[in-house]
Amino acid sequence: MALTAHWEHFLHDADVGVRGIGSSAEIAFEQAAVALTAIVTEVEHVRANEVVEIACQAPDLELLLVEWLNRIIYEMAVRKMLFCLFRVTLQAGGLSAAIGGEPIDISRHQPAVEPKGATYTALSVRQDSDGSWLAQCVIDV
Amino acid sequence: MESASLTRHGEYEWHIAPERGMRVPGVIFADSRLIQGMDDKVCQQVCNVAKLPGIVGASFAMPDAHWGYGFPIGGVAAFDPDEGGVVSAGGVGFDISCGVRTLRTGLDREALEGVKARLADALYAAIPAGVGSTGLVHLSHGDMHDMLMGGAQWAVAQGYGADEDLEYIEERGIMSDAKPTAVSAFAKRRQQDEMGTLGSGNHYLEVQEVAEVFLPDIARGFGLELGKIVVSLHCGSRGLGHQIGTEFLKEMVIAANSFGIILPDRELACAPIQSELGERYLGAMRAAINCALANRQILTHLTRKAFAKVLPQAELSLLYDVSHNTCKAEEHFVDGRKRLLFVHRKGATRAFGPGHPDLPDAYKDLGQPVLIGGSMGTESYVLAGVSKMPGFEQAFSSACHGAGRQMSRTEARRNWQGRTVVDTLARRGILVRSPSMRGVAEEAPDAYKSVANVVNSAQSAGLARKVARLLPVICIKG
Repeated sequence: MALTAHWEHFLHDADVGVRGIGSSAEIAFEQAAVALTAIVTEVEHVRANEVVEIACQAPDLELLLVEWLNRIIYEMAVRKMLFCLFRVTLQAGGLSAAIGGEPIDISRHQPAVEPKGATYTALSVRQDSDGSWLAQCVIDV
Repeated sequence: MESASLTRHGEYEWHIAPERGMRVPGVIFADSRLIQGMDDKVCQQVCNVAKLPGIVGASFAMPDAHWGYGFPIGGVAAFDPDEGGVVSAGGVGFDISCGVRTLRTGLDREALEGVKARLADALYAAIPAGVGSTGLVHLSHGDMHDMLMGGAQWAVAQGYGADEDLEYIEERGIMSDAKPTAVSAFAKRRQQDEMGTLGSGNHYLEVQEVAEVFLPDIARGFGLELGKIVVSLHCGSRGLGHQIGTEFLKEMVIAANSFGIILPDRELACAPIQSELGERYLGAMRAAINCALANRQILTHLTRKAFAKVLPQAELSLLYDVSHNTCKAEEHFVDGRKRLLFVHRKGATRAFGPGHPDLPDAYKDLGQPVLIGGSMGTESYVLAGVSKMPGFEQAFSSACHGAGRQMSRTEARRNWQGRTVVDTLARRGILVRSPSMRGVAEEAPDAYKSVANVVNSAQSAGLARKVARLLPVICIKG
């Protein structure tokens, strides 16, 4: 049976861990990004009305996950937007992605907290024995 | 926390002997109840910090310590540049120079009768708060440079406040040796619209009543009297600090090998103080400290304007402004000699004792005000630094910074609804204004530990003395 892509949060004393799981590293990255948005608001309340193209580089997959999440945090902050749709393509030394979202609507999104940065705490990107990929780290909020 | 690896020294001090690569011992200040409640990872992180090059004295944790990133939140560590000492972006954190500022109002509690809701609404309208909020001050490239160099002094020169304010801010409102050129275009872009914003999460502005005075002489010296109204605000360097933290953390993680530094945890990413990267980070971090000081100064101005509309007789003067996420160059006596050390305080407050040359004249005999925020709807404290013989200060003159969470945000959301929290607090006479009810639920009072236990331990451990207890009346929450 095909693995269903999904995300979850895990506990950290003051903050929140994000975990994406999927059949490829790309899907795990996408799901981790959905978990990031879920720290701020209910993801189903966000509409993918606008698409932003981004690219980032890092020397290995784990550092790339932190870079990817930090880039989304940056786009959220400067564009005052929330994102719900993520399409990632891994390339040598980095990734390119299209992320879809909309400007923050305070009354509809009720955004709880702004992520300050993705951290290297509990950072892991790995393929498990069942073939599924996991991408996770803690977000400072 | 398993206390097997800890040796108890008196009621409020726990030591970890140096082993497995630790260059110095670990020291945790807390009573036995707080120690039992601490995550084992605090102990692990205290030990990891003790392994960093050039660390001096001990790796310390304050009574409110909890699991952080590399450093524990509530961690204090000092490094000697002449012994290969390092500066760590993780040891300062993302919210560089996050801190608390408290303002006296000159008002008695009775002055709020009949106008409390109007004041709450005026403050909520004046203070940009919450995710996606935008400040009224938009900086050009030149303004950004001047702000990053000038801190609160820049803000006062722009008309946000008065010269007298500067006397009561750490570093007199301006962090020297800031290097705006070391701050990336991304970080500056992220700050462009965020000057004079409160932020979200555990950041707040509170109108508070002095509910209890423990040391009347010091309280009087600080201008605090029973029943008087004060305003406290908690926020930091906003997007600029977050971006600087993000970028330098990455750069230090990648560069660690080239410095021959073995990181026990990637989040401890650091660089020698005497290296190009170390100096560049220090320059950028000091610029972020100035950003935080300017931000709190603008928020002070907005608070004064809101008060003037509702209670024109109020005179808002600064009690003090302290930062609790910093690395500062300070002189300390260690092993009988004065040394220039780079003291990291991550979720810890500087707490200079009476007589310290950096204190404002008015507080020279009292000690530095140490401002401790509690959770929404509970209490906050004003403490004072204690007098010690040079070389005998606890943890390089540091104290705790707040309550610390005892429950995750998800769990808090499961337990409470924001609207219910607001209504419950309103019945107790505490008015909450926030754009996000989900945010209020996540910040519910019981999601935090008791700040009273933390400050009692800080006092008993000799870190600082309790001066006054503050109770909230109005809370503006991001």
